[in-house]
Amino acid sequence: MIVELGHFALILAFGLSILQTVVPLYGAHRGWADWMAAANPMAGLQFVLIALSFGALTYAFVTSDFSVLLVVNNSHSLKPLLYKISGVWGNHEGSLLLWVLILSLFGACAAWFGGNLPASLQARVLGVQASIGAAFMAFMIFTSNPFLRTDMAPFDGHDLNPLLQDPGLAFHPPFLYLGYVGLSMAFSFAVAALIEGKVDAAWGRWVRPWTLAAWIFLTIGIGLGSWWAYYELGWGGFWFWDPVENASFMPWLFATALLHSAIVVEKRETLKAWTILLSILGFGFSLMGTFIVRSGVITSVHAFASDPERGVFILMIFAVFVGGALTLFAFRSAALEAKGVFALVSRESALVLNNVLLAVASLVVFTGTMWPLVSELAFGRVLSVGAPFFDAAFTPFMVALAVVLPVGAVIPWKRGNLGRAVRSMWGVAVLAIALGALAFTLQTGRSALAPVGVALGTWLVLGALADLWQRSGRQGIGARLARMTRLPRADWGKALSHAGLGITIFAVSAVLGWSTEDIRVAQIGESFVHDGYTVTLTGVERVQGPNYISSMGHVTVERDGQLVAELAPEKRVYPAAGMPTTEAAIDYALTRDIYVALGDPQDGGGWALRTYVKPFASCLWLGVLIMALGGVASLSDRRYRMAAGARRAAAPQATPAE
Amino acid sequence: MMRALVLILSLLWALPALAVQPDEVLSDPALEARARVITEGLRCVVCRNESVDDSNADIARDIRLMVRERLVAGDTNDQAIQYMVDRFGEYILLEPRATGSNLILWGAGPVLLLLALGIAVAAARRRKAAARETGLSTEEEARLKEILSE
Repeated sequence: MIVELGHFALILAFGLSILQTVVPLYGAHRGWADWMAAANPMAGLQFVLIALSFGALTYAFVTSDFSVLLVVNNSHSLKPLLYKISGVWGNHEGSLLLWVLILSLFGACAAWFGGNLPASLQARVLGVQASIGAAFMAFMIFTSNPFLRTDMAPFDGHDLNPLLQDPGLAFHPPFLYLGYVGLSMAFSFAVAALIEGKVDAAWGRWVRPWTLAAWIFLTIGIGLGSWWAYYELGWGGFWFWDPVENASFMPWLFATALLHSAIVVEKRETLKAWTILLSILGFGFSLMGTFIVRSGVITSVHAFASDPERGVFILMIFAVFVGGALTLFAFRSAALEAKGVFALVSRESALVLNNVLLAVASLVVFTGTMWPLVSELAFGRVLSVGAPFFDAAFTPFMVALAVVLPVGAVIPWKRGNLGRAVRSMWGVAVLAIALGALAFTLQTGRSALAPVGVALGTWLVLGALADLWQRSGRQGIGARLARMTRLPRADWGKALSHAGLGITIFAVSAVLGWSTEDIRVAQIGESFVHDGYTVTLTGVERVQGPNYISSMGHVTVERDGQLVAELAPEKRVYPAAGMPTTEAAIDYALTRDIYVALGDPQDGGGWALRTYVKPFASCLWLGVLIMALGGVASLSDRRYRMAAGARRAAAPQATPAE
Repeated sequence: MMRALVLILSLLWALPALAVQPDEVLSDPALEARARVITEGLRCVVCRNESVDDSNADIARDIRLMVRERLVAGDTNDQAIQYMVDRFGEYILLEPRATGSNLILWGAGPVLLLLALGIAVAAARRRKAAARETGLSTEEEARLKEILSE
């Protein structure tokens, strides 16, 4: 019964979304205030209906209602509660419902908090947002219905893919979707602005926080996924350039470009057309990612049930929205007049360079991802494009970005002096190169990868600090430190995010350049030395988990006679899904991770054991986290909190200042 | 049929990724290091986008062993890779060769970068020229006139 109610709520929401598309857009076209105003309650109701629908599906999962096909295929009565809930979005149909839920949440937020937007702009934003929802709900109802019942309910389910039964992966999809779908707001704002024919600083001030929020979620989502791969797949890889990873990475790169160019629109009222284009492309690549993940046109390690028919549907959605938006852009963008002028050496130009590098890097990833398909269809050449290509073709862009970033970040707006900007960073540059050189001499006979990472990381982190320091005035050290703490949060956000990028770049190159590996048959009780650590497999026992059976190894790691860590790597078998997984055991520390994975028992006795020492691996996710925190700091900046109040005060029904 | 295929593929992929087994490792560390470099660049031909170095599929193990055999027999890295390409086709290379149509792939990055920089500089020039002409938008000019006449 509850499941049917959920199904019904979804169909109602679909109908409502069509209304919410037509009524406000037409109302805004004709200038009818009541038709435009109708969008607000509709957006709220839309969210409530989809939330009900999502709640009903969650209920079916939690109570293990095996008369629902989706629950049968993705759940099991013995599964822990957390994974029963995460099972809701651990599959194609349920994840789409989550997608639509988040879409309607963003729409509702624009209705609830968008009171200070011009009425016609808000109506158009909500209308466009609802049209995206309508397309995806049609997709769900007609090709991927999560509420289908089975004729014969089995006693138990097939279980969720065991690899997905993991806390990191339970939260990975919701964060990613918050990011992907968050970009839909920028898209809706862009299309609405094109229809209005007007983009001004207020528009930029509205789009930037949405983009920033989406970017924060996307950053965390990608970070979680990468961390999950690191500890779950059993050999400590963290990025595979898999099509599905690329599908999340391309929107991230575009979102990063967009949130930088939106600053230019907001502060200098220029680069308008370009920012609009980025908004369209950012969400366009989110849709493209959805297509790549769910259509199965490109083989990927990520197991989402794929089906060509669904692929065609998504491709149609993509063509209508992105094609439509780009056509609108082609006709209307000339009307977007730029106000601010800037010299070739200026912050604006630096941000354009940032945008060029990020956008081209993203297109390189796109080309590499699609090339196997293009090559086979157009040239009859069956080939693969894997990690080595992306490493070679993508990395130079990030290196270039890192090199120019600290200087670009201190060039003044409008017209700057390159010499002065470079001179202010001179000390930092010397220090960075010196540290890189030191790292190179200390390591013997290894590639220059890690030392380059050391230099770039230092350059970015200290460059960010130097920027803050230079903004703190010219008095004594105490006064400058005090002033630094009072700088706007956006300045801190900028410094944190840039430093976080530096830490991530350093960590990636340190892990790739300095990791050591040991593969051997370990006899129980016998010790071996790896990279200065004495490793002993003391025993392997059989452990019964809630829905799996595990071979759990016990490994002690010692250094100079001192116990460093006791680790318990596992090999699990999930009988319901008939699938084994490895659970690597990791001793985390800031400067190194000790990573142990247990393999199969060997014929001649003993177990296969892999031991890695991965220097600074934790810094990788620390850096990502700091980047996201920088986003949060920037989002909480005074101008976004105050801007709303300021405009409200300017409105006729003025309220007293806060 | 499609379902079964997906199931098989996902099983192949999901086997715990304890790729290189202890019994495969060559006793000569230099030769082993070369073998690892090669196998990291070869695709496990039945998997979805995994190198034979990371894959646990049987064929991946066979390829790893074959590569090591070739190296022990005295092949250079290039010869060993070519040996694999002769047997499995270009599909096995994770790094596509920069020949023929693949030049489009490899050239995409630099060409797009130059193009984008060109467009950016041209746009900046045009904007500058436009700004030199008036410096003010038509609206602003009208407003200026209004203020001056008051």
